[in-house]
Amino acid sequence: MNTTKTYVPIRENTKAWTLIFSAWLVASASTLGALFFGEVMHLPTCVLCWYQRIFMFPLVLILPIGLFPFDRNVLRYAMPLAGIGFLIAVFHMLLIAGLIPENIKPCAQGVPCSETVIEWFGFVTIPLLSVLAFLGILLLLITAYFRSSK
Amino acid sequence: MNHKTLFITGLVGLLLVFIAGTLFYTAQKEKQAVQAAEANRASLVRMHSPKLGKASAPVVIVEFFDPACETCRRFYPLVKQMMAQHPGKIRLVLRYTPFHGGSDQIVAMLEASRKQHKFWPALTALLTSQADWVQHHTANPSLAWKHLEGLGLDLDQLRVDMAAPEISQVIAQDIEDAQTLNVTKTPEFFVNGKPLPSFGYEQLKTLVDEALKATQY
Repeated sequence: MNTTKTYVPIRENTKAWTLIFSAWLVASASTLGALFFGEVMHLPTCVLCWYQRIFMFPLVLILPIGLFPFDRNVLRYAMPLAGIGFLIAVFHMLLIAGLIPENIKPCAQGVPCSETVIEWFGFVTIPLLSVLAFLGILLLLITAYFRSSK
Repeated sequence: MNHKTLFITGLVGLLLVFIAGTLFYTAQKEKQAVQAAEANRASLVRMHSPKLGKASAPVVIVEFFDPACETCRRFYPLVKQMMAQHPGKIRLVLRYTPFHGGSDQIVAMLEASRKQHKFWPALTALLTSQADWVQHHTANPSLAWKHLEGLGLDLDQLRVDMAAPEISQVIAQDIEDAQTLNVTKTPEFFVNGKPLPSFGYEQLKTLVDEALKATQY
């Protein structure tokens, strides 16, 4: 029984594990939050929100698969999801802020995405929460990527 | 704490928060709905509404319904059944919430049938044939006509009566009351002024049974 150098140093992996786990916590909280808005409060879900859900929900499943046992490859699968989700969330927030003109608005039917259904403390909207969640996940995953050994 | 314990703690924690939030929110909503119904008693029953059952019946079910709504069609015989099981005890009051496109025309047909004292047969006929005249969640009145034949209705007179302004007033009043009472989906039931805690046949039955029990003493 000799510990050779090919073994991944345990300490560094623990750090990456914790970072990915934190990203999973954020993704799961966001997913449950989205389900709460939609299924419990029965708020209408607009098209852009659906696209953000598409990129958020899979993280809840993919990240834990990379945690047990630890597999840093999960970062390669999860980062594109978080990245694209982040871009859509930013787009959505700009739309609400009125920085993107009406005619690019992709939703023609149902709930307009530019409508604000929730506003807490005067500035917290659902798209803002989404931007923060995606940004948080992305930063955690990127940090994990550089912290974990290949 | 090892990784597995940490993960499971996180998972259970999040789920508990979600469940607690859901329970709290629904309880809060339920309380609000009961208060809204109590505060708006006058909006619940109007003189103009079609009613079935004895006026002295101790239990009054107010149903906000849309003739083009499939769930309303499925509930109709169930409510009738309940009334048959407790003869003379239950009174049904119908309110119109024609949320489906074209459904207001169907309501006008029903109201015009009512002038010829054929409201309930017309309603039964239209509900039974609903799949025939509702296409893609839109009511098509021209397809509904043939299902009114054979009920002994004067259809020419019916067409004239359908355009009567009092019918559109009735519909407008019902829709306004539905908004006051926060009715956004059909069917919505109020049993002796109490809204359903959540939607479902069992919930309706429980509420009716409770009301029946309360009147036995």
